[in-house]
Amino acid sequence: MTTTDSPAVTRHRPSALRKVLLAETRLFLRDPATAFFTLVLPLALLLILGSAIPAFRQPDPATGERVVDIHLPSTMIMLAVATAAFSAIPSVLATYRERGVLRRLSVTPVSPATLLGAQLLLNLATAALAAFLTILSGHLVLGSLPPAAPAWFVLAFVLGVSALFTLGLCVAALVPNGRAAGGAGALAMFPLLFFGGLWLPRQLMPEVLLRFSDFTPTGAFAQAMHDSWAGQAPQPLHLGVLVAWTLVAGAFAARAFRWE
Amino acid sequence: MEIIEITGLRKAYGGRAAVDGVSFTVREGEVFGVVGRNGAGKTTTIECLCGLRTPDGGTLTVTGLDPRTDRAEVRRRVGVQLQDCSLPDRLRVGEALDLYASFYDRPADWRSLLEEVGLGSKRDTPFAKLSGGQRQRLSIALALVGAPRVAVLDELTTGLDPLARRETWSLIEQVRRRGVTVVLVTHFMEEAERLCDRVAVIDRGRVTAVDTPAGLVARAGGGQRVRFRGGPGADEVLRALPEVTSLSREGDMVTVAGQDGVLLAVTTALAACQIVPAELQSERATLDDAFLALTGRPAADPA
Ligand SMILES: Nc1ncnc2c1ncn2[C@@H]1O[C@H](COP(=O)(O)OP(=O)(O)O)[C@@H](O)[C@H]1O
Ligand SMILES: [Mg+2]
Repeated sequence: MTTTDSPAVTRHRPSALRKVLLAETRLFLRDPATAFFTLVLPLALLLILGSAIPAFRQPDPATGERVVDIHLPSTMIMLAVATAAFSAIPSVLATYRERGVLRRLSVTPVSPATLLGAQLLLNLATAALAAFLTILSGHLVLGSLPPAAPAWFVLAFVLGVSALFTLGLCVAALVPNGRAAGGAGALAMFPLLFFGGLWLPRQLMPEVLLRFSDFTPTGAFAQAMHDSWAGQAPQPLHLGVLVAWTLVAGAFAARAFRWE
Repeated sequence: MEIIEITGLRKAYGGRAAVDGVSFTVREGEVFGVVGRNGAGKTTTIECLCGLRTPDGGTLTVTGLDPRTDRAEVRRRVGVQLQDCSLPDRLRVGEALDLYASFYDRPADWRSLLEEVGLGSKRDTPFAKLSGGQRQRLSIALALVGAPRVAVLDELTTGLDPLARRETWSLIEQVRRRGVTVVLVTHFMEEAERLCDRVAVIDRGRVTAVDTPAGLVARAGGGQRVRFRGGPGADEVLRALPEVTSLSREGDMVTVAGQDGVLLAVTTALAACQIVPAELQSERATLDDAFLALTGRPAADPA
């Protein structure tokens, strides 16, 4: 990340990061809308759709797998991560930039990068909590099992979060203010959720669409979660796609992001 | 050694010079004003000073350090209140101070600072609920919470109502008493005249003059103005007085300008002519008048 014409000063200061993280967490908890969309909505959708639609609880004749077993909970986790990435992160960062919060920080010994780091950590924690609650309540209410290959699942989750969050940073870098961030975030999020199988599960996608979806961050994320949930190692293709998106989006965000 | 030394500072945005050879020095413990109309280059100058922008040319040191190379240390020693910077809406006053205090190795006690700026009862108030004056006072407290040697305050009272402005002024007097060197950026001449020991007048990216407010007023002709209503009978007599430099008349309203003592000379001469002046008033020339004389236009005009 760079300022307009002066590189950020980063001084090792654990107590400042802790304080900033604490403050950002408080602010997050005081803003019920963000907490609702990342934590409550995906969970509610899981439980409502899973209980209300009987077909979601019918085993697939070919695989024996029910929609509520893997597809529905993993898609809701993707929704939670995407909401944090494309709604929460860009709007908070763009608002902070627009209102000079980042500029104000850059004249203290603490770099505004600390605030950015705190936001990413906070959203990572939120997404992880959403994932945990989704897995837990899916298990308790819908009888779905937790991911069968937990280590692979954690890896898929971390890489998916990295890819989507860095894309969220690109949105934050490109929009002029907090209000524009909401619209631009949605514009990026909904097509990606489509390729991730939110409306049309990847298993039902036509071949061409499925190939394309493999190379989108959400398609790769969804499939890697699905595979590890079912107990298999994710395909190297999907992990590689997530790493590639993280690198490309990260490089772009680092070049384009402005503190003011 | 002066606490701030700026020599030949230049900074251009996209080829257009915003600051074009600014030089001045600030002494330890003084309140130093940087005045000029909007767009004159004041903010750019102080942004270079606190290491937020890299100058295109010139030298500058703050407490002996170059903000370009010693940026981190300069940020510890200089507290800044920037124009157009705010805090997150839901952050509370006490939380903001506690947070900013944690950024410094040896911060001031933020609780007593909070009392000093008159926000003791607002500790749990979210930023969004503060009035403009309260926000500025919080902003001053944030600039001081790192116990800086220099505080830079940019357009502190712009947008404040007159009462809040006066309260903010008395706060600056307190800051001065703490021994902190203050650089006060403003386009209100009255503010600079009230608060500053010395003032640099910046016009179109250049320093026009550096002096005490009184010195600037004196340079620009200085003196006093006397106004009254009365007939034209004594005009020639008044014009002939050695203390009077000019006399102008609009209807029966007369304005006489001159050096100190002009008031006494005018009233004595009027008495001798047996003219009784109505609505007699005298006023000192202000920094506003001096600014006009030094730059050719009033400070309120945009650059
Ligand atoms: N970031 C910027 N990019 C381009 N031009 C700028 C920028 N900041 C200031 N300027 C221009 O530089 C000149 C000086 O601005 P500034 O230093 O903000 O003046 P002041 O603080 O005295 O009002 C103005 O003409 C302004 O439009
Ligand atoms: Mg300015």
